[in-house]
This record gives sequence, C-alpha cells and structure tokens, in this order.
Amino acid sequence: MAGPARESHRWKWLLVSPALFVLLLAASGPLVIVLIYSFLSPGNMGGVSWDPSTEAWFRVFWSRDIFEPELVTLNDSHLAIFWRTIWLSFQTTVICAVLGFPTAWFIATRSARTRMVWLFLITIPFWTNLLIRTFAIQEMIRSNGTINTALLWLGVIDEPLEMMFTEFAVLLGMAYVFLPLMVLPLYAAMEKLDFRLVEAGYDLYASRRQVLWHVILPLVKPGFIAGSILVFIPSIGAYVTPRVLGGGKTMMLGNLIALQFGQGRNWPLGAALAMVLLVIVVVALIFYLRVTGSEERARNGRA
Amino acid sequence: MVGRDFDVRRLPGFGLIAVLTVIMLYLPIVILVVFSFNAEQSQTQWGGFSLRWYEAALNNRQVVDVSLRSLWLALAAAAIATVLATMAALATTRVSRFPGQTMIYALINQPLMVPEIVTGIALLIFVAFLKVQTGYSGMGYLVVAHAAFCIPFAYLPIRARLETMDLTLERAAADLYATPLQTFRYVTLPLLVPGILAGFMLGFVVSLDTVVITEFVKSAGQDTLPTYMLGQLRRVVTPEMNAIATLFLALSLVIVTLFFMISRKRG
Repeated sequence: MAGPARESHRWKWLLVSPALFVLLLAASGPLVIVLIYSFLSPGNMGGVSWDPSTEAWFRVFWSRDIFEPELVTLNDSHLAIFWRTIWLSFQTTVICAVLGFPTAWFIATRSARTRMVWLFLITIPFWTNLLIRTFAIQEMIRSNGTINTALLWLGVIDEPLEMMFTEFAVLLGMAYVFLPLMVLPLYAAMEKLDFRLVEAGYDLYASRRQVLWHVILPLVKPGFIAGSILVFIPSIGAYVTPRVLGGGKTMMLGNLIALQFGQGRNWPLGAALAMVLLVIVVVALIFYLRVTGSEERARNGRA
Repeated sequence: MVGRDFDVRRLPGFGLIAVLTVIMLYLPIVILVVFSFNAEQSQTQWGGFSLRWYEAALNNRQVVDVSLRSLWLALAAAAIATVLATMAALATTRVSRFPGQTMIYALINQPLMVPEIVTGIALLIFVAFLKVQTGYSGMGYLVVAHAAFCIPFAYLPIRARLETMDLTLERAAADLYATPLQTFRYVTLPLLVPGILAGFMLGFVVSLDTVVITEFVKSAGQDTLPTYMLGQLRRVVTPEMNAIATLFLALSLVIVTLFFMISRKRG
C-alpha cells in the first residue's frame, strides 16, 4: 500500500521543485553562506579570507583599542544603533496603532459600498513604490519643503525647521510607509466583530470608554497583534527610509549592515550583523505565533 | 439612557482621525504629482502648468534606459514567478497533507519574512562568488533574484483561487473520460486564470517596487528605475524626478486597480 501513496506524492514534489529550486538558489541558500561568512576573516579589499574566526561576532558588541588589542570596551556606536533601531521600530508601531485603530474602525463601520472605496484608498499607497513615498516625505520636510514653506508663510516660524536627517524624519517616514500594514489586519479583525456584543455592553450601562476598553479592544486584539508584527518587522529591517531621510547620523541596523559591504569593507562583520537582524525578526515572529497560538487555544477552550 | 438614535458603531472622534489619516497618506503624494506639472523648478512655488519636466524626463536617455530595464525585468520575473507559483500551488492546495509540506510553506514564504537587506547582502556575497567562478555578469542574476522574491506574492492569490474553486466541474470532466491532462487544460486552468492574473500582477508590482535587492545584486550599468532614483535623491532634486515618480505611480495605480477588479469578480 505504501507504493501508490508514495507515487501520489511524487507528482507534488515534481510540481513544487522548480519553485523550491529558485527559492533555495536565491533566497534560502545565500542565507547559509551569510552564516558561514560571519565566521571568517575580512579580506583586504572587501570579501573574505578563509581563516575561521569569531572576531566578527565579537565586534558586533565589543570593540578593541587600536593600540592595545587587549583593551576591550563595549561597542557604543553599534549598541546605539541597535537601540535606535528597536526604539524607532517600537515608536513606529505605536504611532501606526494609534492612527490605524480609529481609521480601521471608521472603515469597518461604513456601509459595504463605501467600505470598498475606503479600503481601496488605504491599499493604494501600500502598492505604490516605497521609494516614491519616501521621496514624497522628503519633499514635505526638506528645509525649503512644503511644511516649512507653509509654516513660514503662516508666520508660525521665522526660519525653516531642520527636520531632514533626524530621528524624527526616520520615524515620520516609517510610520507613513508602514501605516497601511496596520490598518488592513485591524480592519480584517473588525469586519468579523459581532456588534451584538458591543450593543450588549451599552445595554449593561457601560460607557463608551468602558465598551472600547473591555469589549472592542479585547475582541480585535488578534488584528492588533498581526498589525504590530507587520509594522515592526519591516521597521526593524528598514534600509531605504533611514538612508534617504536619516542619512549617516541616524543610521539603523540595515544601514550599518550595508556599510560593512561598502566603505566598511568588513564582510564578516556585515554578515554577523545581518544574522543579528535575522534573529530579532525570528524572535518577533515566534512571539507572534505563540501569542496567536494561545489566543486560538483559549478561544477553542471556551467554545 | 440609550436613545433610539444611539449608534453602537460610532466612537466619537474616530471619523475625524480616519479622515485626517487618509489625507496624510495622500497629501505628500498629491503634492509630488502637482509639482511635476510646475512650470518652474521650485517644489513649493506654483509657476503655472507645464509638461516640461515630463519632456525632460523622456528626453533623458538614462531615465528611459532604466525605466525600460525595470519594466522588462518585472515582466520576466513576474512571468517566471507566476509559472512556478502556479505549479507549486497546484501541488500544495486541495491535496492530502504530505511530509515536507510545512517546509515547502516555510520556503515559499521566506522572502516575506526575511528583511530585504539581509537577502540583499546574502545575494551580494553569492553573486560575487558566482561572477568570479563563471565570468558571467549579465542580468540573469537580477531576473532570478526578483523571481524568487515574487514567488510568495504570486503564490498567495493563486492558492486562494484554487481553494475556492468548485470541484464538481473537474469531477464531471473525469466522469466524461477526460484524461487528467485534458481536465487540467480545459477545466482547471481556465477556472484558475483570474488567480494567475492576480498573482502575475502582484509579482509585477513587487518587482517594480524592489530596490534593496536590486541595489546589492546589480552590476555596473544595471540600474533599475528605483535604484536610479535612490542614487539621484542624494543630489539636488528637480521636478524631473517628480515627473518620473508620477509616471511610475500611474503605472502602479493602473495595475492595482486591475488587480482589485479581478479579485472582486472572484468574490
């Protein structure tokens, strides 16, 4: 009986194998090479020399004195970039949640026809080029950009605000480009919301705030978690937005990695840093799966 | 005290925030588009309507080159990704679970989860090695890299279409002595077309949008429109850039609208 069963699996493997081949070649396979490179020594002109070494991993967190290699200190510039990356990503997620929740709620409570229009309006920026949207933000906040021109004209300020190349610029840009990723899963959760539960809350003399906190928020929590992950993960790995809006002074982890393959000429360090980024993303994903998994179990248990 | 006209769906202030959010989403893009038609070089002073920046962009040899390269790269990558994703979807949807399926899902979805910068430098290392070994430094690397990146985006709508498809028609074909291949050719495939089209369009848009992977994989002279723009943003930006961006936006808008229309017909 095992024969035909195995036979029937074979065609499936035949059909998926071209896709798997391309993915292994251009997505998964190269990641293994990155891991290997992180344990090698840097070559003279970029690249690597094949001497096994843990120096790259050491330098992710610590640095050595140039004259006395025994003198080891924490690598402050790296730690500052790690911290900035996590902190900015967290703030981006919070801003997207604060703006995204009312927006998704508003859309979900429209009639079916208008709902489609609003949803379309949210989705379009999501499918338009990230670089163009970042460019659009740059035009807004440049020293002679739209915002400064408007504020000067209104007489609110006397000289242009310097917003470019600051953490504020990066934060604004990331919140702007990733906002749809928060609205869409929140909307999906609200669309399934049983409004009789909301009504029951009001019938039991709950105030609007109490209904919001004790009925609506717990019910749309899965959407919040999904949206937060969808915003947090691309923020952590952001490269284009901090490069264009942040410049060299407000680098994020993605830019630090890229630097090692450019001017830095330290491929093993870049590879180790890329692995650190990957670990952060995987931890966030596992956290997400565990939270949604336990939610699911709780719901099934109740049913 | 709940009155008759009390709306349980209403939360005060939410409508205002929603409207402001959508305005904020569109304002920068609208300004960018408006000033692409400016007669003057300024991005803030309106000097009358003009198409001079479009003319400048279309007469800029480099802009035309990188745009055409972006387009054919996206076409090639989306086409490859769609064919591979269709095959993969047929093998993994509507079938009994088989060993290795979880691994297949993980591999297909990997480009969605791994940050682009990590994939980018991984490919940089790999391609640098291959270039030395093979001596080949053509566009093939970019095509394969983009195709791999587009596979999950093409896979999702095709799989969704397969899942909602009516099985009875295929069963009827089999009852009428159609061979599996005939059933596929004359029943399954025509039914699957909306999903395949949607998958192709998503793949196309995603490839057009991809900047980080291209930036790290490309050799000299292989700039695409996004990497060209990324390089230009460091310099003084003229409204020519607005014009290029506007044309690009228009293209994305057309594709996304088509995608929406196809997916709505499905539902």
